Amino acid sequence: MDIHEYQAKELLKRFGVNVPRGGIAYSPEQAVYRSHELSGGKCVVKAQIHSGARGKAGGVRICSSDDEIADAAAWMLGRKLVTHQTGPAGKLVSRLYIEEATDIAQEIYLAFVMDRTEERVVVVASAQGGMEIEDISTDEPDSIIRSVVDPAVGMQAFQAREIAFQLGLDPALIAQATKTITGCYRLMEDMDASMVEVNPLVVTGAGEIVALDAKVSFDDNALFRRPEISEFRDKSQEDPRETYAEDRGLSYIGLEGEIGCIVNGAGLAMATLDMIKMAGGEPANFLDVGGGASPERVLMSFKAVLNDPNVEAILVNIFAGINRCDWIAEGVVRAVRELNLTMPLVVRLSGTNVEEGRALINESGLDIITADTLAEAADKVVGAWKTGRNQNGGAV
Amino acid sequence: MAILIDKNSRVLVTGLTGRIGSFHAEEMRAYGTNVVGGVTPGKGGTTHNGLPVFNTVKGAVAETGADLAICFVPPPFAADAIMEAADGGIRTCVCIADGIPTQDMIRVKRYMRRYKSERRMRLIGPNCAGIITPGQGFAGLMPPHIYLPGRIGIVGRSGTLGYEAASQMKARGIGVSSSIGIGGDPINGSSFRDILELFENDPDTDAVVMVGEIGGPQEAEAAVYIRDHMTKPVAAYIAGLSAPKGRRMGHAGAIVSAFGESAQEKVEILKDCGVAIVPNPSAIGETVENMVA
Repeated sequence: MDIHEYQAKELLKRFGVNVPRGGIAYSPEQAVYRSHELSGGKCVVKAQIHSGARGKAGGVRICSSDDEIADAAAWMLGRKLVTHQTGPAGKLVSRLYIEEATDIAQEIYLAFVMDRTEERVVVVASAQGGMEIEDISTDEPDSIIRSVVDPAVGMQAFQAREIAFQLGLDPALIAQATKTITGCYRLMEDMDASMVEVNPLVVTGAGEIVALDAKVSFDDNALFRRPEISEFRDKSQEDPRETYAEDRGLSYIGLEGEIGCIVNGAGLAMATLDMIKMAGGEPANFLDVGGGASPERVLMSFKAVLNDPNVEAILVNIFAGINRCDWIAEGVVRAVRELNLTMPLVVRLSGTNVEEGRALINESGLDIITADTLAEAADKVVGAWKTGRNQNGGAV
Repeated sequence: MAILIDKNSRVLVTGLTGRIGSFHAEEMRAYGTNVVGGVTPGKGGTTHNGLPVFNTVKGAVAETGADLAICFVPPPFAADAIMEAADGGIRTCVCIADGIPTQDMIRVKRYMRRYKSERRMRLIGPNCAGIITPGQGFAGLMPPHIYLPGRIGIVGRSGTLGYEAASQMKARGIGVSSSIGIGGDPINGSSFRDILELFENDPDTDAVVMVGEIGGPQEAEAAVYIRDHMTKPVAAYIAGLSAPKGRRMGHAGAIVSAFGESAQEKVEILKDCGVAIVPNPSAIGETVENMVA
């Protein structure tokens, strides 16, 4: 789960990391009011969306007067900002963070990630702050400092000191840097974060170390024990198709194509998308119905898939282990009847109770195309989709 | 014996008296798996479907000589159950739970290192479908009848995609020595490389099919192992060719976040290391047939 910058800063502050003073605003008037609450001098208006690289999209603006603040806020609020992390649809700006401007003397990159090779938390730092880590690894690979944390004892002060010295910080700043780095690590561990990225971490002209931007993500699997983190969730930043599915316990990812998919198992679901693509179609979504799916759950999956107006055909692919093909078939038949489904539907069933499942489909008298193998299912759904399109005069 | 499980394995089911543990324990016994008992704290001394129930893994191991544990404990408590098995003297532990916090897995892996390698438990999973040696026994969720006994090893992250592989092979009369699900989590007990090494040293296995997916470094690490150390042929399918970067595709570990983690890149690395690439998920059986012909 991702959170906003201002929420991340609130957490960092709790763990002893300095952040600039700021306040949240939902309107241009409020933005101006917030700036007066601060020093009254220069301030930064920052669009709060779940994405980095907001500056390039116009989502970060330094302002010197009330008019500038009001203009920047009016421009940002209600706008969808598109960055390389948001996808072409962009993310809606509905909150702003108004922050006092910081006098930057030095910029540092600092991040904490779950490293899958080490199987531990790894600290990544670079004196080339402000750039994205992908660019730093390409342009300045030698500047990257890595440090592995032993989970038995957590991050030690000496590790933070080593990083601070390698960053070339002034000796007078080492104690402050150590406190900052260990604070970020404690946030990572204590709050079950999956990533903490402070970019840039800055040294101010006055010699203070401050987190100027912050991106924190959390491990969804640990939210059950972090209720205060769950409250940071902002559904307006999510794909509504995904929110609908997630709220019903379905694993769904929205994609750009026309062929809706209902599959059991994440691996088989990915393979099904691959197969559709190879057959000449484009998948509209990834959906894993999970194990032991009841007819109701299958019906709900159809609803989730059909929330996407681009869907023009559906493929159901089930290899039942703990699932039962007869339950799946019952759900499919109910979905076609209750949702008055008219678009092409291909069903491939295999595994537990497959004969009963196929019989239910065949006896329903509904216009459902069946397939025995994955390849056949993909070919049939893409074929039926193309035929349907031609009959509609190549509509959409 | 093929690998990790055979008819002599003495299987302990942790979470035996729960709905899911109870159901799968019966399926495993019906297939002939030697299930010797279960663990449910607080229910020690009772029996469940004729099996003795123990309060602790240590107690169960002392009484039954169990050497393999399958863990049906829910995700919030699974890390604790794995560590208990490791400390209790279990040799191989299969963990099914999908949804264990990553930090818990980091701690589990650190904890397991406290034991000398000859006494260290092997963890399979979590978030996996389990392990099977067809005709002998299984510890997992799989429908066992889709596996024909034979001499090809299967190792994969995904449960259902592993079923797909086994059934395509069965349709061509090709049997399986053992099939091992290593699970879809970002941090798991055994890697592709670990299992490939077991298959390489197993006299009952002639070749291996590997079913990987996007995310993480393990497929690339396996490719190098295959090139440098394996004499047996390996075929591989990598799922997620159409997965967008930065999106988590169902499995907690199925996300492209670094160079070399996309399906295309993994396929290239495996191909360069001499692995037979399965071009699409419907061609697993065919590719294996050609490989061993």
